[in-house]
Amino acid sequence: MLKRKKRIELFDVVNVGLVVAITIAVLYPLYFCVIASFSKPSEIALGNVVTWIKGFTLDSYKYMLRESQLWVGYRNTIIYTIFGTLYNLVLTIPAAYVMSKRNVPFGKAINWFFFLTMYVGGGLIPQYILVKNLNLINNPLSQIIGVGVGYYNLTITKQYFQTSISQNLYDAAYIDGASEWKAFVNVALPLAKPIITVLTLYCGTSRWNSYFSALMFIQDSKYFPLQLVLRNILVKNQVSIEMGPTAGDDLAYLIQRAQQVVGMKYAIVIIASLPLLLLFPFAQKYFEKGTMVGSVKG
Amino acid sequence: MKNKNRNPAPGQHTLLMRVNRNRQLYFMVLPAIVAVFIFHYIPVYGILMAFQNYKPSRGVFGSEFVGLKHFKTFVEYPYFWKIIGNTLSLSLWSFVTTPAPIVLALMLNEMRTTKFKKSIQTILYAPHFVSVVVVCSMVLLFVSRDGIANKIVEFFGGTATDMIGEPKLFVPIYLISGLWSGLGWGTILFTSSLSSVPMETVEAAKVDGASRMRIIWHIYLPHIRPTIATVMIMKMGTLLSIGFEKIFLLQNPLNLEVSSVISTHVYEMGLIGRQWSYSTAVGVFNNAISIILVILANTVVKKLTEKESGLW
Repeated sequence: MLKRKKRIELFDVVNVGLVVAITIAVLYPLYFCVIASFSKPSEIALGNVVTWIKGFTLDSYKYMLRESQLWVGYRNTIIYTIFGTLYNLVLTIPAAYVMSKRNVPFGKAINWFFFLTMYVGGGLIPQYILVKNLNLINNPLSQIIGVGVGYYNLTITKQYFQTSISQNLYDAAYIDGASEWKAFVNVALPLAKPIITVLTLYCGTSRWNSYFSALMFIQDSKYFPLQLVLRNILVKNQVSIEMGPTAGDDLAYLIQRAQQVVGMKYAIVIIASLPLLLLFPFAQKYFEKGTMVGSVKG
Repeated sequence: MKNKNRNPAPGQHTLLMRVNRNRQLYFMVLPAIVAVFIFHYIPVYGILMAFQNYKPSRGVFGSEFVGLKHFKTFVEYPYFWKIIGNTLSLSLWSFVTTPAPIVLALMLNEMRTTKFKKSIQTILYAPHFVSVVVVCSMVLLFVSRDGIANKIVEFFGGTATDMIGEPKLFVPIYLISGLWSGLGWGTILFTSSLSSVPMETVEAAKVDGASRMRIIWHIYLPHIRPTIATVMIMKMGTLLSIGFEKIFLLQNPLNLEVSSVISTHVYEMGLIGRQWSYSTAVGVFNNAISIILVILANTVVKKLTEKESGLW
């Protein structure tokens, strides 16, 4: 008895130890960005920033605030995310409701119509030409409207309607003479809050984080979403830092500027990721629920 | 099928009557169908461009057909095998990392549910919410000459290099950053599937003296097999395209020899080079391979699990 208990404990020690090690490895890159963003850029370059802030300064944030393009991007992304997510919801929820009904003629065909989108597609160029023919190139509307209906989201919503809302409620509504539309608005929607939350979070996250459709369709920087601005600053190094006059030669100035750019990039990484990283722990239980519904094979 | 008896007897209602009775439902699904038709299926017919010398002024209907010319050009392109090789190697390597979330989910499953475990899960999920642009910029910052990755190399006696420009480091960088973003999030599906293992089975095995490892191997793992199969097949289908946004961001002239893949070639030739027909042809080529991979994976999985699982 005693021996068995001991073995279990060893298993737990190893298991928990490994999980904690993995967790630290996952957390460290984000943690490093935080401490680097508050550290003196020259200390980062020397490799002195490892476990804690070295030479505390808010300079990186100060220079970040001056990158005006960042704030334009922030504003655009908020607009695209709100309206884009609404667009997704308005298309997905009624469609999923219909697909949750089992006796609709052509229901199977409708399901296949959406299912095939996962495997059959026109690809990059035909998509670009379509948007061009619709006159949506360089139009912020191209960042909001689009396919809007993902098969995965459609399926989890459909399954929610099938499993979480009792048929009796519908039957009662039909007996009262409700039409399908009334049954949807008055019976299904009020009970669908959890799945609407999940969808909002899924769609909102992917809208907030997308850059490629803007790269393809938007040329005017005043319509750039945040992620595209980030790409230009962080990956393409298009920064507008002007530092105060420094005594000494140009080389010293250039090195100092390059180091400050790195520091500012860490600050931007933090500022750009913060909204979602702060929001998602509150939404975690819904996210988990969403994937759980989706994993039930329907 | 099982709902057949709920329907009125056949003949009592004609199909037309049933359609008419459900017209409100059709109106509700219509907006989604229209949006998907316009934005997803109309571009599908643009695939015709791959077999034409497409001229924007003449459109898909007016352009001249040239058969398989563009496919031939692609196959004869000097870097054709290089591009195919890079695509397959990046795809296969990322396929190799598929078991990682499964193992982590099993490890998490062995922990008692406490606040501590919940916080660990929160941390593990977090990178999923960091955008691909930010992930790639973090990578670029870390592997730069003054970056933390090089500091670690120097600490162990190595010399600092511009890691992103090292062709042989591209695949590891791609995989590690991919694991960082996807590992924790990837466990969710398996975690939820594991939570439905009947406790009586586990208790019975314990009474019989089975060790924890044996319980994992003989009870938990078989239980999540269908989920593993589904995830594998889904992954197969997206393998050739999924890494595009990341590869595109990490690509630079120095690592081009390992980082140029089919999808970046399409982008370069199409949107930058404006060779519409040629790059559509390359895209079609890519799609065809993806579909073959999915069908193959599905068949193999069905064989292995005796038709228990599979996408269709």
